[in-house]
Amino acid sequence: MVDDLYQDLILDHSKRPRNCHAMADATRNAEGYNPLCGDKLKLYVKMDGDIVKDVSFVGSGCAISTASASLMTESLKGKTREEALKLLDKFHDLLTTDTPVTKDLGKLVVFCGVRDYPARVKCATLAWHTLKSALNGAAEPVTTETE
Amino acid sequence: MLTSTIAPAFDVEKIREDFPVLKQHIHGKPLVYLDSAATAQKPTAVVDALRHFHEVDCANIHRGVHELSQRSTAAYEETRVKAKHFLNSKTTNELIFVRGTTEGINLVSSSWGRKNVKEGDEVVISAMEHHSNIVPWQMLCEEKGARLRVIPMNDRGELILEEFEKLLNPRTRMVAVAHVSNALGTINPVKEIIAMAHQAGAVTLIDGAQAAPHIKVDVQDLDADFYTLSGHKVVGPTGIGILYGKAELLNAMPPYQGGGDMIKVVTFAKTTYADIPYKFEAGTPNIAGGIGLGAAFDYVNRIGLDKIAAYEHELLLYGTEALSRIPGLRMIGTAREKAAVLSFVMEGIHPHDIGTVLDRQGIAVRTGHHCAQPVMDWFHVTATTRASLAFYNTTAEIDALAAGLGKVKEIFS
Repeated sequence: MVDDLYQDLILDHSKRPRNCHAMADATRNAEGYNPLCGDKLKLYVKMDGDIVKDVSFVGSGCAISTASASLMTESLKGKTREEALKLLDKFHDLLTTDTPVTKDLGKLVVFCGVRDYPARVKCATLAWHTLKSALNGAAEPVTTETE
Repeated sequence: MLTSTIAPAFDVEKIREDFPVLKQHIHGKPLVYLDSAATAQKPTAVVDALRHFHEVDCANIHRGVHELSQRSTAAYEETRVKAKHFLNSKTTNELIFVRGTTEGINLVSSSWGRKNVKEGDEVVISAMEHHSNIVPWQMLCEEKGARLRVIPMNDRGELILEEFEKLLNPRTRMVAVAHVSNALGTINPVKEIIAMAHQAGAVTLIDGAQAAPHIKVDVQDLDADFYTLSGHKVVGPTGIGILYGKAELLNAMPPYQGGGDMIKVVTFAKTTYADIPYKFEAGTPNIAGGIGLGAAFDYVNRIGLDKIAAYEHELLLYGTEALSRIPGLRMIGTAREKAAVLSFVMEGIHPHDIGTVLDRQGIAVRTGHHCAQPVMDWFHVTATTRASLAFYNTTAEIDALAAGLGKVKEIFS
């Protein structure tokens, strides 16, 4: 049922997104865009050496993309760049493969329902694609169509 | 529940028998297909025509002297005759087979446009165009150093003709507008727009993709210079459409693509092109699609576009009323002249979430920008949910949509 997708945690984060603001002292930022639906997201990252010290975002999107961005910002703080990119890969696997859900994804497992909605995978990954581009220092806005 | 005032002459249940696709269940619920503006479902008559061609008459056209080639050529060319009646063109040679509306517009912008639009000239489109009637003209203008101008619209999503009048000047070469807006449902006063454009000496192209399935089109009465439609929106197959052009314009235009079937004589020194319409039909065309489109025209004619338009208008009124009772729902596009398109946004709920929840109830709607991003920008939304109705839809399906939106609100509020 559709409630498997829209779990309470997702609805909570979509209605009250955390870390949803611009960041004046960000050391990196990147823009993400999903041309299929027009959703836009701007991500701010503050790095302290190799450590992600703070992350925030602004943008308009659906419940899935907003909640995904919100939960992503929460799960990244304190991680190294490499750890963050590893988490991205695991999150991507969670959405697109049948691999068993692993504990190290933490709260992010709430998105496992997206597997059954292939049309919505890009909503859930927009923030993460944007993160990758921010961590890699890409200049051009990243889109969900360049996977 | 509203009382249906739909004329008893229109037996929608009988019509639905012609569309086997509608009989299925999606996620355990009866399919409610409300996405006909994206593509219409196909009646058995069209599917049968495609099957008959592939099983009985399959051969290339315009070439062989053998029996199958004769049959396939006759069936394919017969569609041109049907298109002549469907659009009321003067002759069949003014009708070119294309892949769809997009190719029809690209053919005109490339062939007519490159020849006739010069630096400093102007092309006029409207604020409610589909990307397919924006981008080809933008490309042409960029190439030629011409200027693209846009007819604005009002809050209802109606073109402002006084502003259009002001845009027209001796540099206006082309006026290209949609007959019916895919994102808003607005039916534009194209006859008046064409007359105004002609007054200024401009040529006109009407994007008929959304009009042809719902309104009787008469290109001579409209005095359109070009008119183009997509077969798949008129219950025909995908990958086939028609471009109408006035013979004198088509005759003066260079070919669009080169290849077989569009020539009279080829030598390495020089090629003589075929006469219209073949000059614009290089290569083996979508023969099956063309034949299927003929069956689609027949099918629509059997029901009658007048009856279809009247019935769909009743559906539009019923749907508008049903949706207006949902708190927090805002209709996008409230033109006084409107086709059966219900485009809307709901406060605090993204269209994609609406689309997913509806899908799980078997209801197919389109969500997104509908390939009309400038329209979204104008209404300050990133996307809408669009329920587009066809003559095989019912008031009960609109009730299902309203109930489905109730479920959406339950989840997200």
